[in-house]
Order: sequence, then C-alpha cells, then structure tokens
Amino acid sequence: MTMALPTRARSTEMRGTALVASAAVLLVLWSVVLTAGEHVHQPVIATAFLVLVALGEVVRLQLPGDREAAPVGAAGILAYALLARFGTQPTTYPATQVIALAAVAVLLGAVPHVLAGRTPRVDEPARRILLAALAAYAFRPAWNGGQSWLAHQPTWVLALVMLGVAVLVLLADAVLAAFLRADRDRAPYLISLRDELRAVLALGSAVAATGVLIALAAQVMAFWALPVFCVPLLLTQMSFRRYSVIRATYLQTIRSLSRVTELGGYTETGHAQRVSELSLAVGRELGMREDELLELEYAALMHDLGQLSLTEPVPGGATIMVDRGEQRRIAELGAAVIREAGVLDRVALVVARQADPYRRPHETTDETLPLASRIIKVVNAFEDLVPEGAEYSRGLDAIERLRLGMAYDYDPRVVETLARIVRRSGR
Amino acid sequence: MRASELPIPVSLWTAGLLGGSFVPVRGKLYVGVVCLAALVVITLPYAPHSVNVEVVASLTLLSVVVERVNLAVLSRERLGVAMRMTLPINIAAGLVSGPREAALIGALGGFMSFRGAWIKRAFNSAALALSSFAAAAVIALAGDSHLQFMAGGFRPSAVAAVLLAGAVHCLVNGALLVGVLWSVEGVAPARVIRSALLPTAPGYLGYSLLGLLMAVLWPSMGALSAALVLLPLVVARWAISQYTAEQAAYEATVRALVQAVETKDLYTRGHSERVATASVMIARVLGMREERVNALRYAGVLHDVGKLGVPTKILHKTSGLTPDEFAAIQVHPVRGTEMLQGIEFLDEAFQGILHHHERMDGFGYPMGLAGPSIPEFARVIAVADAFDSMTSTRSYRGARSQEEAVGELERCKGTQFDPVMVDALVSALRKQPWTPAPAHMDPQPPGAVDDDDPTLLALRTRHGALPAVGQREPR
Repeated sequence: MTMALPTRARSTEMRGTALVASAAVLLVLWSVVLTAGEHVHQPVIATAFLVLVALGEVVRLQLPGDREAAPVGAAGILAYALLARFGTQPTTYPATQVIALAAVAVLLGAVPHVLAGRTPRVDEPARRILLAALAAYAFRPAWNGGQSWLAHQPTWVLALVMLGVAVLVLLADAVLAAFLRADRDRAPYLISLRDELRAVLALGSAVAATGVLIALAAQVMAFWALPVFCVPLLLTQMSFRRYSVIRATYLQTIRSLSRVTELGGYTETGHAQRVSELSLAVGRELGMREDELLELEYAALMHDLGQLSLTEPVPGGATIMVDRGEQRRIAELGAAVIREAGVLDRVALVVARQADPYRRPHETTDETLPLASRIIKVVNAFEDLVPEGAEYSRGLDAIERLRLGMAYDYDPRVVETLARIVRRSGR
Repeated sequence: MRASELPIPVSLWTAGLLGGSFVPVRGKLYVGVVCLAALVVITLPYAPHSVNVEVVASLTLLSVVVERVNLAVLSRERLGVAMRMTLPINIAAGLVSGPREAALIGALGGFMSFRGAWIKRAFNSAALALSSFAAAAVIALAGDSHLQFMAGGFRPSAVAAVLLAGAVHCLVNGALLVGVLWSVEGVAPARVIRSALLPTAPGYLGYSLLGLLMAVLWPSMGALSAALVLLPLVVARWAISQYTAEQAAYEATVRALVQAVETKDLYTRGHSERVATASVMIARVLGMREERVNALRYAGVLHDVGKLGVPTKILHKTSGLTPDEFAAIQVHPVRGTEMLQGIEFLDEAFQGILHHHERMDGFGYPMGLAGPSIPEFARVIAVADAFDSMTSTRSYRGARSQEEAVGELERCKGTQFDPVMVDALVSALRKQPWTPAPAHMDPQPPGAVDDDDPTLLALRTRHGALPAVGQREPR
C-alpha cells in the first residue's frame, strides 16, 4: 500500500457537516410542509425579502481560512426573522415561514454558481439556515403577530430585544462554525471557537447591526429599507473581498516561490509543499491557533530557502544527511532572507531555529524554541526519510528512526502526533 | 493598489508639512479663503430656527469617536489623502437639522478629530464644513426638511435627495482637496482626480445612504441608531486597513524572495526591481489601467525567477556555449512561468514572463513569436530588461551610459524591440530620472554572460550559440 499522507482527516470530514446538513434539511422539510399546509402569510413582504436574500446568496464571498460568507443574505434573513412591523402593519408570519424562505433563497442563490460550473458547499448554507431558524424561533413566538407584550413597548425596548437576538445568533454562528471546523481538522474545539470568534466578529457585527436596523427602519420606510441598507453593506463586502483576495494571493505566491529551491535542484519536487501540508496537520492536532498555523505554513514552505546560498546542492536536498553545523547555517541563511522582508519576523525566527534540538544534555526542554520549529524539524526529517509514494512500512520505519532521536532532537509530542497521522493514513 | 482606490469616501489632506515645511503664499491664501468661506456659512443668520444643541453635540461627539478609532490607519495613505468615516454623520446632520448645523458639526468634528499642522487642521475642518453645508443645502432644496424626519416621516424621494447630496459632498470636497494639493504640494489635479477621487465616488454615494438611515431612526432611537448605523462603515475601514497591511507585507515578501534568488547566481542585485520600475514607467506613458500596471510590476519583478533552473556552471561559463547549454538558458522563461502557475491573479503577467525574450522579427525564444503576436507585457519587459542590463556593469564591460543604451535600443527598434515601447521608455526617461545599478556591485563570477544584453543576444539567436565573450566584448 502506498501512503497518501492526509492534510485533513478525510474519513471523518463529512461527519460534522452531515450532522449539520441533515439537521438543516429536517428543519426545512418541517417548515415547508407547515408553510404549504397553511398559507403564505403576507406574501408581498415575503417576496421582497426572498429577492434580497437570494441576491445576497449569489454575491456571497470567500474569506481567508476557507470560509464562506453571505453578508447581505445573512442580514436580510435576520431582518426577516426580526421584522415586527412593515410600515404600520404588524407582521404575522410564523418562524417556519422564515426557515422556508431562507431555504428557498439559498437554493435560488446557488443556481448561478451551479450554472457557472462551481460545486456549491453544503456546510456553510446549512449553517446559515440553522441560524435563520434560531433567530426566527427566538423572535417570532415572542412577537406573536403583534399580540404579545412586546407590541406595546417603546421602539428602544423592541430594538434591545432585537439586538439581543442578533448577538445570540452571532455567537451561535461562531459555535457552530467551530464545531464544523474542529470536526473537519481534528483540532481542539476551544481553539477552533477562538479562531471562529475572531474571524466572524468584524463582518458578523456589521451583518447583525444591519439586520436589526433593516427590521427597525422598515417600520418607517417599508420596502425602501431593504435596498437603502444593503448598498452600504455591499460596499463593505467589497472591501472584505479585496482583503480576502490579497490574503489568498500572498499564500499562493509563497507556495509558488517556495519552489525556487526545487527549480535550482536543491530539493526534491514538491518537498516544501509536502512538509507544509504535513506540518499543518500536526500543528492542528497540537492545537495551534489559526494565525500560528499560517506562520507555520509560511515557515514550512520556506524552510529550505537557505540552501540557495550553498554552492553545491545537498544530495537529494535531504538536509537530514548533512552535519548539524551545516543544517544550522542553512536555517540561519534562510531566516536572513525572510527577515529581509521586514514583515515576517516570527516566520524568520521559526525558520532560524528549525535545526535546533528541543533539549540539550543536562538541560530541560528549551522553552524558547517555537513549537512551529519543532514541528518542521520532525516533519522535514520524516519527509527526507520517506520518498513520495513510498510503502506504508517505510513511513513506520521512519517514525521509529525519529523515536531514536527523541532524547534531544525531536520533540516526543510532535513525533507521537505525526505517528498518529501516519498510522491513520495507512489504514 | 492603493487603499485610496477602495470604495470609501476620501476627504482628508494629510501628507507633508508635518515638520513645519514651507507653505507657498498661494497655498496660505487658498487655505485662508476656504476657512473664511466656512466661517461665513456657519455664522450667517439665514434659518428661521435656532441651532439644535442636542443634535450638534451628539453628532459631533460621534464624529470624534469614530475618527479617533480609525486614526491609526491614516499614516499609510499615499498622495496626501486619507479616508474618513464621518460622511454618514454629515449627511444625517443635514437631514435631522439644517445646512448651518451640518456645517458646524463638520467643522467641529473635523477640528477635534484630526491632529497635525495647524494649516491642515484648519483646512480639513473648513473643507468638511463647506461640503457638509452644500450637501445639506441640496437636501433642504429638495424639500426634505428636518421637521419631517423629526416627526418620523419618510418620503421615497428622500433617497434620491440623499444620493444627490452625497454626490455634491463628494464634488465640493474633491474640488477643495484638488485645490489644496495643487496650491500647497504642487500635485497635478488630474492625478488626484484619477487616482484618489474617482475610485471613491461609489463609496460616497453608497455610504451617504447610511446618513438617511440615521435620520430615519433618529426620532425613535437617537444617537444609539447612529452608532449602530456606522458599524458597516467602521468594519469596512477595518477590512481596508487589514488589506493595506497585507498588501504591503505581500510586496515586501516578494521583493525579499526575489532578491534571494538574484544573489544566488545572477549578475546584479536589484535588476528585477529596476526592470519592474522601468516597465511601470513605460506602462504609464502608454496609459495602462492601474490593475494592469500592477500586474506588469509583478511580472517585471518575477521575470527572471526561472533562471534559477539554469545550472550555475552554464550561467558562469566564460567560453562559448554549446547548443545544448544554450537550450538550457532558453528554457528559463518557461521554468519561471511554470513555477508561478499557482498564483491566480497573474494571468497577463504570465504571458509577460514567458515571452520576455521574444523578438519582433521572430528570432527570439522560447516560442519564436513575432510582431504583434508577442503579448504586450512581454514587449514592455523586453525593453525594460535590455535597458537595465545595458546600464549595469558586467564583468566583460563597464556600464553603458543612458544615452548609449537608448541608442542601442533605437538601433534594435523593429528587429528586436517594439518601437512603441522603446519610444515610450525614451519619453518616460525625459520626464523622470533613472537610477541605474550602482557601479560597483558585489563580486560576480568572472566572465558571466548576461543573457539580457541585446548586443550579445542578437548574435546568439542568429547563430544558435553564443560567441566567446572575449571576441566581441568589451567594446
């Protein structure tokens, strides 16, 4: 059997997504049946919001870290869930109608993408439908068609209730996203939650505020509230798109330029890419944060850059074969190049210390050594020992050889995590 | 791409002057007149009602808070213009009060939120007061009085009035800004309009709608609504500051990596960077769009990365090359393109890198394309590349003067180079000084032959192999 080392645990990848997706599908079925069994309440308002949310779904955007967001769609559906009055007329539709509308809008919004030949994601739309359901079930029964206590409160009380629901949805969004991510990447849940909170907070707060404000402004402006609010949000979305594009380009460029060592015959084809993928898998399981993982990825991609300064390439590019002083010199030369950029100092530090042992004789563990450096040291050695497409048993042999070095060179925690990943891939 | 090309209203003047530099008389006069005009619109009694203190105080406070939150970003802008976020507040001021209050809020907010040289502080406050006044006047003329909004009413025509007010705010503020940059800093108006004002016009229109929303919600929620309404704008500004930082980091990283490649075994440090600069100079003369100029800059920086795939001993070879060795050199544009394939944004840049050694007469490599079938980027880079190579020192000859290099380019016009690009470079050099490579660079391998030197290349492509260096150079 040949080894295909996974960057993510594929066998379980679908479990969390499947759970969230099936929950969303069940909810939608239930809502559609109920909505169809009765009749559609206030169909004109429903149509206006359907158009808005579907358009918002069409113009959704990709965010850094493999995330998808549909800010206009999300704000629209939140506003529909929170809508108390349209003009002076109280809204009477139930929560199920909100969910049905969200589902139809997600489907309609996917059509142009499918026609353009893109495979739509399942996890993110399912998440958006579940959040719409949460907002709807939190607010619609409390509003109860304008029959409840809430109808007699001043606007600011209503606004506070709506804001409360919006904040609840924002937090639930992070919790759900963290669940999906932790499950997919085998990362610790709390770390994922922290990452998600950081990632959704900026755009999410704009979406939540817009949703609440559309619902409030519709009391005065009726239909006009929809376009007037969504234009600014669209502009904000454009700013995010630029940010997300430059992030992606940055990563792609470093991936490409990391191949200069291959082109120069210093390392084997795909070495840097393989080290970075495997390092990421190890880093995720060891609970590194998203920003640390990005640094790890950059450092792993560029770990051999120092070899460019060698007159003659190391045979096969395997730095494990050269003596320790030379390894350290290569690391330092590479770090010098990265330091030159002036913006990647932490990456440079990781690269500089990739050849250092995690502890020295008669000393305790070197706490100043970044975890990323330890990971790269272990994974790089593993990659040098196991050629691409090698037998599974060679991978196990390589792990055994790394275990021999666990006294000083290789951090046992990292080696055992790598061993787990290798074993998983071989099954 | 500059941050000022993003869809956010621009209205601050920030560059220069901070060290108490010299302000020409015309600049002082101009700023004086603008300030006087602002004072006039604030103090002239023309409205039947007195100033609404509550509205002025809360909106001014909000402007100061919002601007303070974002001041950190201002220093990164170029062209002496920065984005500001008070536009919705200024528009809302016109809706819930009147033109005079709007001017007052603009002036106070501008004065308190921006620190710097007094002349800038005065100008920015006055400019904001005048443009807010003009926008509020449009709203008042359209018949959407503050009384109607304070009573919780809304007419759909207000949407049109607010869009118009946003446009007027943009025009007045833009005109004042063009004036100050011209009179004090000497920046050409066309440049300010093209690169700082036009791209932000959609931002002015779109975000002015937020002002309408503040006004609509004002009677029921007051300043709380205003704070919530500003969130999308604050978040956009945050995204743009992230974008600007990331963009700068990206460029610095590419530069560092390319330098690392260059010091390995190529002849001159900084060659790639200078080729990028010369390519951009040509592109500006040709009037290329900003995105294409950017792509071309990257193509210029990255055009030689493929040379790393050429064995060092061939690059360092002192005697004539065998056809096999020459083929190894010829493959470098292909190698470079292959390596960069994973970068999505570079479409046109790929073509530039792949074909930068093609010749107009079809004797170039790697594909032997001729004339207009050579992509435009490649024709630009070819000229920039040859120019920098000739003005740099080589081990087999000293650096040629700029005139000699231009003469050589002129001589090869039509055969090796596209005449349009050569003429563009010549006209750019007339307007803008060129900084050639430093005369004494770090030691290079003796006799290393520069593949980009057109005098050598001409012979090589005709005969299939490069003559021994000593036979032809130095001249």
